[in-house]
Amino acid sequence: MESNKLRVVHYLNQFFGGIGGEDKAGIGPRVIDGPTGPGRALQAAIGNRGEVVATAICGDNFFAENLEEAGNQIVALVRPYDPDILIAGPAFEAGRYGLACGAVCKAVKDKLGIPVVTGMYEDNPGVDLYHKEIIIVRTANSVRGMNEAVDRMVRLALKLAAGESVGKPAEGWYVPRGMIVNEVSERTGAERVVAMLLDKLQGRPFESEVSQPKYGPVPPAPPIKDLSSAVIALVTDGGLVPKGNPDRIESGGATHYGRYSFKGSDRLKAEDLDVNHQGYDSVFIRQDPNRLVPLDVMRDLERERVFAKLHDYFYATTGVATTVENARKMGRGIAAELKAAGVSGVILTST
Amino acid sequence: MTPVAKMVGSRRIITGVRIVNPMGNADLGPEAERALRRDIALRALAILQSDVRPE
Repeated sequence: MESNKLRVVHYLNQFFGGIGGEDKAGIGPRVIDGPTGPGRALQAAIGNRGEVVATAICGDNFFAENLEEAGNQIVALVRPYDPDILIAGPAFEAGRYGLACGAVCKAVKDKLGIPVVTGMYEDNPGVDLYHKEIIIVRTANSVRGMNEAVDRMVRLALKLAAGESVGKPAEGWYVPRGMIVNEVSERTGAERVVAMLLDKLQGRPFESEVSQPKYGPVPPAPPIKDLSSAVIALVTDGGLVPKGNPDRIESGGATHYGRYSFKGSDRLKAEDLDVNHQGYDSVFIRQDPNRLVPLDVMRDLERERVFAKLHDYFYATTGVATTVENARKMGRGIAAELKAAGVSGVILTST
Repeated sequence: MTPVAKMVGSRRIITGVRIVNPMGNADLGPEAERALRRDIALRALAILQSDVRPE
């Protein structure tokens, strides 16, 4: 029954692929027949249900520096093996390897249309980048967790290959993809929530049907040591935009931000600006935008040399019904631009 | 929206006047309103110079 065996392709980095350590991290993609390294454990866990027909290998540095190209090359290398499924890693806590596993999985899934599974430790940057698109099994942070990781990856891989549901993340030990799946229940929402409350009151385990967004710790910036030499910038999430909203900042659920110059102005003028924000009554800000972005008093303080300079631009987006993910992305983008411009501190006004 | 700022982990927060005009108050005259805004800006600059602990 050879033909019913799953054809599995495995992806490894140069280290697990047996080519070498950091000195070989620059090698480009290549493929060998059959399993190697952790692929042998993979083959053992799969047993006679499938065969690891090939192993693709690439150096971590090469991959991280050529993400897209390396992913495409791997696709080209594994395509001739006609795989039914691809398994990558596990990468544990190794960041570059995690990125590579995520990128290989995504490229193979998109280009070859076959199921993919990888495994990483929860803090691996590959988790943040790829968890929405591919199944990432949770693993320990080091190779000590290899057997458990391989077992989990194989279990999910076999389910995916058979077209079965992978179940809820908690049951399958994989990183939630942030998907909402419809499910038929015989009990109404009221019955379920009361049962959950009773479980909670009596200290029994229970699982919420809606997962809370996780914010994660934000390390506070160090204090400004010398305000008299500091460059201060103004940022707002109150939806203040130039008339006509040239960057089409959304009135809610914003995905991007704008950067607008007020160089040479002593105060913001109502006739130049507009508010595009569905979350608050903007009449007071339309009358006087300095109530949101306090240019007038900041110019006074700049003249008085309380601080050295006001940054020439203010940044604006709309903070209502904005996803945490988009807010984080915008925050990082604004912060990177301000840091590059030598800004030392920010006053962010929020509505 | 101070509770939201706290919830997401901000450590330097000044509570503004109201959601609809965080740095203003139309009920005051122009002079008094500007003084209020200056006071909030100065407090914001002060907190930027202060040591804060991580969560």
